[in-house]
Formats: sequence, structure tokens, C-alpha cells
Amino acid sequence: MKTIKAQFGFKGGVHPQYHKDLAAEQPIERLPLPKTLAISMSQHLGAPAKCLVQKGDVVAKGQLIGERNGFISANVHSPAAGTVAAIEPRMGPVGNWTDAVILETAEDQSGEAAFMPPLDWKSASVDELRARVNDAGLCGMGGAGFPTVVKLTPPPDKHCEFLVLNGAECEPYLTSDYRNMREHADRIRLGVEIMRKILSGPAVRIAIEANKPAAIEAMEKAFADIDGNVEIVVLPTLYPQGSEKHQIYACTKRLVPPGALPISVGCVVENISTVAAIADAVEKGKPLIERVTTVSGDGIVRPCNILAPIGTSYADLVAFAGGEKEGVRKVISGGPMMGFNVPNLQIATTKTTSGLLLFTAASVFQYSSEPCINCGSCVRACPMQLNPAYISRAVEANDIAMAESFGVMNCLECGACSFSCPAYRDVTQFCRRAKASLRAAAAAAKAKAAAAKEGLKV
Amino acid sequence: MLPKQTGEKYLLSSSPHAHGPRTVSSLMLDVIVALLPAFGCAIFFFGLRALLLAGTCIAACLVTEALCRIAMKRENSIGDLSAVLTGLLLALNLPPDLPLWMAAAGGVFAIGICKQAFGGLGYNPFNPALAARAFMLISFTGPMTTWSSSAWQGLDAATTATPLALVKKGAEGFDWSQVAIIKNLFLGNVNGCIGETSALALLLGAAYLLCRRTITWHIPVSFIGTVFVFAMIQGGVPPLVHVLSGGVVLGACFMATDYVTSPITAKGKLIFGCGCGLLTMLIRTAPTGAYPEGVSFSILIMNAIAPLINRWTQPKVFGK
Repeated sequence: MKTIKAQFGFKGGVHPQYHKDLAAEQPIERLPLPKTLAISMSQHLGAPAKCLVQKGDVVAKGQLIGERNGFISANVHSPAAGTVAAIEPRMGPVGNWTDAVILETAEDQSGEAAFMPPLDWKSASVDELRARVNDAGLCGMGGAGFPTVVKLTPPPDKHCEFLVLNGAECEPYLTSDYRNMREHADRIRLGVEIMRKILSGPAVRIAIEANKPAAIEAMEKAFADIDGNVEIVVLPTLYPQGSEKHQIYACTKRLVPPGALPISVGCVVENISTVAAIADAVEKGKPLIERVTTVSGDGIVRPCNILAPIGTSYADLVAFAGGEKEGVRKVISGGPMMGFNVPNLQIATTKTTSGLLLFTAASVFQYSSEPCINCGSCVRACPMQLNPAYISRAVEANDIAMAESFGVMNCLECGACSFSCPAYRDVTQFCRRAKASLRAAAAAAKAKAAAAKEGLKV
Repeated sequence: MLPKQTGEKYLLSSSPHAHGPRTVSSLMLDVIVALLPAFGCAIFFFGLRALLLAGTCIAACLVTEALCRIAMKRENSIGDLSAVLTGLLLALNLPPDLPLWMAAAGGVFAIGICKQAFGGLGYNPFNPALAARAFMLISFTGPMTTWSSSAWQGLDAATTATPLALVKKGAEGFDWSQVAIIKNLFLGNVNGCIGETSALALLLGAAYLLCRRTITWHIPVSFIGTVFVFAMIQGGVPPLVHVLSGGVVLGACFMATDYVTSPITAKGKLIFGCGCGLLTMLIRTAPTGAYPEGVSFSILIMNAIAPLINRWTQPKVFGK
């Protein structure tokens, strides 16, 4: 095991103000079990889980309540013992409406949890371990929520050469991965060993930004005596260093082609908190039912890192963090660069809720956009080396085909362009609009082709 | 219909929810600040005339900008400082003895015709100050090419020629290798437009812009580099005389780098700068042409080509 500096930086990126100091030194605190939880059936990327319970059902802690429904999907478990009060659509952290199980938690949580039997990772077979990752409903906890078992099941013609652990946490304010690295380094190490076994022994790269020396030190300690090819890669502090493609480049100099998954270049990237959750799933049989969420921002009385059951309402998190200050104007799920703005605190956390930020008027900028002055700030900021200025102008002119020709589908929506735009244009939003219409057009074309095929059959 | 949730008391907007420190007006202010040394030199060498010219141009630009926005029923835009910058740049590109009403006419033309007629900042195809200067050169040819009131030393005190006029004429038997010539050109003690004479002051301003990352090095370096190399290959007049005289430094650092009218990518900027340098030297040294200086026209021609350059030089997507 050794620690190296990242050799291959990427062009572009921006330097937002990080504000990590607000919550970085706050140890993880466990939230007392809330009275009500709202557990969404769609906490991951892909198809929503199939709900297995009905109103009035009594469920145990850890019981499977939503079943993986399709290749890209994940199981959902009950975070506590209780009674299903309702199954109804709720607004999720990203503004989406999905079915959620509303659980009245039981006063008495002393009953036996319905966890899976513990597995000895050394003696268990790879298939058993992989099945466990699937059963535990694990998905990437960094933001996108890609089902972990899919990542751990490379196609037969592909081999994973590098397992990259994403500890960059490049979003400002967020410190949940940072706290996990400092407090649960041993869990992360165990998770790495399990993942290495499943992926038949890839080299391991633990990628951490240089502004987290304590996390680097904790990882160095935990991995000091590990065998095999393991390196801690210290990344330059630059947003969006946590982007999968850029991290792979920084650690291996490999470039993921546009539209391809990391496995196409022999890499699997997983968020570092997820790795710790894998250890829990295997060793304790514990499904993914709780996570650490950073509650921060200048609108919160006591910024902190809270370990809360999935489905906890934002209002409960805010109350635990001392309540909101006078004059909160904006609430954000996730970080300020890519996070989603939510209208109220009735929203519940999911497996991917890494942060909850409350901002007062002092940190909320209100603006009106001006025409593009062609300054090139966005071109220099774009980590994908696109031309956001031209994309935004094409979308403004409703020329989506033109936006596509500028490569808009490669956009990460990282926000670096809007962040750097002196004319305060919603460049990122223009890119999103183009991507959405292109996706809709592709889906419509596919449906039409399918309909035509059906027609021929008849 | 979706169920309602109560308590919508927060603002909603799309990400990102953070923004960098730059605004359009802060960028314009950077350039204005960077022009102050050159403006100071203009006042030092040409006295009150420089102040009067700059004041007239800036006032004309601001008034025109405000009136145009009212006429177009659009939001007032003088706060973005771009009109102030255009006025200042135009003034720095004028000869010291130009009648003030002509300067004012130039300012009106720059903003009214070259900028607001196209829709305002961001939409103008040509650099407004330079397009106005071209307009003035044609409309007021005599006054725009009369250089009378500076402390021209080193050559023939009786003539009022600019160094470039001498280059064009051939200045028979003149010894260009004199160190004093270069020194005067560098410091600004020569004839010319009020803001272009002191290369030192202009380079100071350019260094400020580069440090602030308001501009990148690509256009100034490729522009000046091309002029230098062209002159070196051509021989005769020392390359440094070509670089330091006329509007090369002002043009390369402050006019060609105008965001709106120059290419957006680094590669595009390099092509743009080389093109400006090449055209400048072709105009300056073409035996058939009568005009001794080519910076303004070369930049205007390249402005016209900038959209094409942009098309050729789209960045390559990461991973491709």
C-alpha cells in the first residue's frame, strides 16, 4: 500500500467555496428513531422497486418491502419495525413523485431485526457475496444511486482491472463520506476486501481530494497492512473531481469513451460510503436502511452529520440539527453544485441523500441572465471539454439538433459552466433541456419503431 | 393530478446553487482598470486633449446606449460598463487633435450602429470601437490622419509623420538600429493615436488582465508573435519597430481580445491572433497600399471570420 499524488489531472473544473469546515469536525450522530418514515420505492437509478406490503401490514426492521424490479433496480427494506400507515405518492429529494411506504414506527424496537444471516466473506462463494449485495438493496450512495450489484457483475467479456473508491466528495458543504472515512475506516477496508474477491482481485485505487488530510491518514492506517496492489491517490482539490470519468483518468490515465460505462475500460468506481455498507451487508446481514447525511448551510443552527434511517423527513433532520435559522430561503438535497432545490421540508431522505443544505438570503444569489458575451469561461470550466456557450445558444434558438452536434449528451450537469458564467446564464439548465428533449425524441422513435414492428406482425 | 404538499415557502431554482465571483461588469471593469496606465500616458504626452477626447467618447457612448435601450424598450444596460469601455477604447484610438464633435460622432456610431443595432452586448459581430474608427477614417480622413501635437523626437522634428508612415515611405537612409527609436516607441514618446504610443503602459495593463485571468495569452502572443516573425523574415525595418509602433500592442491586448468578436476556444484564439498579425503586416508593407497602419482593419476582417474559426475549432469531448 502506498500513497501517491494523482498524475493525470483533467482540463477545466472550478473552485467553489467549500464551506466544509461547518460540519467536517462533527462526529456522526445517530438520530432517535422518527415516528414516521416515508420510504420511497425509487431511491436508485433505474426501475422503481415493486412494493411488497399493504396498508396495515406490520413489518420488522430490515424486512424486504420493495423488490428489485428489472436489471437496473434495487431492493428496498424497512429501516424500523412498525406498521404501514399508507402507500402513497410522495415528492422525492429530486422533485420526482414516486410511491412511498409510509411507516408508523413502533414504540418498541426491541424485537428481532429481520436481517439476513451473516456471511463469512472468506469462505463464502463469489456468487453468494454478489447475491448478498443484491439482496441488501445496495446502490451508489454518492448521488446517482446506480445499483451496486450491476457494477459488481461485469459482462462476461470484460474484466475489472481497477476498483476505484470514490472519496473525493468534491461538492461543497458535504462531509458524510469524509466522516465515514474517518470513523469507519475498518468497515471500508472490509468492504474493499469483499469487493476485491467478487471482482477477482483488481488493483484498488482510493481517490481522495487533497483537502481531506485526516481522511487520507485514516485510510492509510486502515490499509497499512493490506496485500496486493492498493494505492491511495491524492487528487487535486478541484470540482468536479468526484466525477467517475475524471477519477478514472486521474487514477489510471484511462479515458471512458462517451456513452460508455467505466467497465468498458476495465474499471469499477464505487462511492466510499457504499463500500462500508457492503461490509455491513455481508458481515452483519444488514440491508441498506440507514445512511449519514450532512445537514449544513448558513441557515441551520447546528451543522452536523446525522446517521438517520432512510425515509426520515427533512423536518426531523433539521429539528435534530437545532432547527432552521431565521430567514431560510432555499433548501437543497445534496450539494450546492448538483443538488436539487426542494420546496419544503416534508421530503424524506433516500439512499442517495448525502446532504441537506439550508441557505439564508445571504447565500442565495438571485439574478437575471444576460446574453452570452462569448467570454469562454464555460468552455474553460467544462470538465467534459464541451462548448456550453454554443450549446446554450442553440437551445435558446430551439435548435436541439445543433446542441446534439456540440456533444450535449456528454454533459455531466456538474454546473461548472453556470458557476463560472459572468452573464449568469443558466447554461447547465439549457444543457439539461437539450438532453431531456433528445432522450424523449429517442424514446419516441423507439416506440414508433416497436409499433411499426408490431403492425407488421399483425 | 399529483397530491399537494403544504408549506411551499422556499425559493426554487435549478442547480448549481453557487456562483463564482465574476460578473459582466466586473470583467469590463478589469479591462477599464487595465487601460488606466495607457490612459495616464495619453494624458502625460498629449495633455488636456486626451482627457477631453476620452470624456467626449465615453459620454457619447453612454448617452447613445441609454437612448437606444429606451427606444428598443429594453432594460437599461449602461451598468454593465461595456459602453464606458467602448468609449475609452475608441478615444485611445484617436489622434490627439481630432475635433471633439467628430469624436462624439464616433461614439454614437460605435454604440448605435455597431452594437445596439445588432441587439446589444453579445450580439455585435464587429468590435464597436474599431468599427467606429474605420467609419471615422473614411468620413474624416484628414483629421483622422493628422498627427501634430506630440513631442516627437528622434527623427525629423519638423515632420509630423508617425513611425509607420516612415516605414511605408521607406525613410531612405534612415538608421533603424538606433536604440533611442526603440526606447521612444516603448515609452510612448512618439506620434500616434493617444493611447497606442506607450507599449510599456499597454503591456502593464495586459499583464494585469492576464494575472486576473480576464483574458488568456493566446491572442496577444499569437498576434504580436506573428508581426514579429513576419518583420524578421521580411528584413529591413527591425521587428521590434513593427511590434512597438502603431496599434499592435493596443490592438493585440485590448481590441482583438474582445470576447464577443473573437473565437471562444484556445485553438480558435491562436488562429485568430495569427490572422490578425498576418493581415496587419500585409496592409502595412504592401507596396500597392496607401495606408501605413493595418491593425484596425486586420482585426475587423478577423472579426468577420471569427464565427467560421469557431466552427473549425470546436473542443474535443473528454474521452473521445
